[in-house]
Amino acid sequence: MKNLRRAKEFVIEKLILLCGLASILFVVLIFVFLLREGVSILKTTGILSFLGGRFWYPISSPPRLGILPLILGSLLVTAGAVVMAVPLGIGAAFYIAEVAPKRLRTILKSCVEILAAIPSVVLGFVGITVLVPFLKNFLHLPTGLTAFAGSLMLAFMALPTIISISEDAINAVPREYKDGALALGATHWQALRRVVIHGALPGIIAAAMLGIGRVFGETMAVMMVTGNAAVIPHSLFEPVRTLTATIAAEMGEAAKGSPHYFALFAIGIVLFLISFAINLTADLLLNRGKKK
Amino acid sequence: MKPRNEGLRQKLGFGVLLLATLIVVIPVLGIVGLIIAKGWGALSWSFLFSMPRDGMRAGGIWPAIVGTFYLVFVSIAFALPIGVAAAIYLNEYAKDNGLTRAINLAIINLAGVSSVVFGLFGLSLFVIFLRFGVSIISGALTLGIMTLPVIITTTREALRAVPKSYREVSFSLGASHWQTVRHSVLPHALPGILTGAILSIGRVAGETAPILFTVAAFYLPNLPTSLSDQAMALPYHLYVITSQIPGIPEGFRFGTAFVLIALVLIMNVSASIIRSRYRKKK
Repeated sequence: MKNLRRAKEFVIEKLILLCGLASILFVVLIFVFLLREGVSILKTTGILSFLGGRFWYPISSPPRLGILPLILGSLLVTAGAVVMAVPLGIGAAFYIAEVAPKRLRTILKSCVEILAAIPSVVLGFVGITVLVPFLKNFLHLPTGLTAFAGSLMLAFMALPTIISISEDAINAVPREYKDGALALGATHWQALRRVVIHGALPGIIAAAMLGIGRVFGETMAVMMVTGNAAVIPHSLFEPVRTLTATIAAEMGEAAKGSPHYFALFAIGIVLFLISFAINLTADLLLNRGKKK
Repeated sequence: MKPRNEGLRQKLGFGVLLLATLIVVIPVLGIVGLIIAKGWGALSWSFLFSMPRDGMRAGGIWPAIVGTFYLVFVSIAFALPIGVAAAIYLNEYAKDNGLTRAINLAIINLAGVSSVVFGLFGLSLFVIFLRFGVSIISGALTLGIMTLPVIITTTREALRAVPKSYREVSFSLGASHWQTVRHSVLPHALPGILTGAILSIGRVAGETAPILFTVAAFYLPNLPTSLSDQAMALPYHLYVITSQIPGIPEGFRFGTAFVLIALVLIMNVSASIIRSRYRKKK
């Protein structure tokens, strides 16, 4: 009887271990299965002409599969979003964590949670119905479907990440730091600017990085509002095409086994590696912040 | 002179912070308000419960609702047990070693992978390699893997919040490790686990990119009858009638957005109600 129970527990504990390992398994599987389909691109297009090629004409013959315009499109939209979202997010995080009275804090936090929960396709829909026509009329552009519209949407989508992680970092700063500054006669504002921000900095940087990661990988909203022109962008007020949008828009039409199909998977590998690097760095920063 | 100056500075500084917060919060309320205001009018019995007609310019969104329901149900049924067990492993069994560190890193990465990359992965593994085809099962498994980090992190927090003394008492009474977890820890973590499950339902219901190539159908004349069928889904349907088909009446778009956002927000509100009740009790 006791042996049976032991055996049962042994099995259960092994199953639990297996589930614990599942995350590693899935990350490895994602990478392997992207490689499985994507690596064939090297047969038709060299790695340099794939990453650095200036033309993305996937259905011309022979197809030209250079993703430089897409990389630049992603970078441009991301940069625009980051410039807006990072200062706003950090400001809002400080307000919520340090200034807002308790009741207001709860309300503000739930607003941020709601923003995080709105599906990206809904934001894209609002972008197309409200933002894009507004930009077109307000800035007198030939079309409102521009990198700028994408940046605005993405800034918005990065904010919940930036705010909540920065807020955690601010709250994690030991109380004594602030109390010490206040006891020395500093105002609350001085204590925040001179003392608290230094303690929270690694966490805030990590927050910004994770926000960037979110923005870089975002697909639906950005595909819906950026106009999808796969050319090298020259300004924020032109249509662009991001890496993610290219996959989402073209995978349905790419014939399985064609160079175009392989190229789309190879773009997936690029995205995977970029997000891997961003998350790894952010994690190192967060853990370093904690150890101190 | 100086303290007064500093007081002014503080007012200015806090003013700037408040402004930043308002710039974030007001559009959120605006978006939700707009969708509720314009979507509410479009709702009707027939909009919710009938099939689309005339190239989706008439009729309703019933198959998309059904499809989303299928996807949510199957993906949570798949991801919840794995996620909860993974969290139990990390919080109750794992030692502070390289393996644990690797698992944590994997979870963080899983959470950070672009949703469209999940779509590619699902296409490559489930649709092609395992030959599930473009089907509910392929889409649901893809979504399930995507939502694992949410389930693991929330469950883990719930487990962490169970006081250490509960475990110690159980051990001192001679209970085994698993008995302790099963009878002294899990029951107290249940509300937290529920919160995680509900949050990931909201997430799964709203995702579009992972289902683009794994399950989503533009239009289907019939409801899906098995897990190997294709299905329509709310978020994909909203995408289709917004940017793929011209001339869809505005009410249809806002109505679909309303149903989607209502679904997601109801999930989030119930999650936070459970969470706050649980906190109060403690």
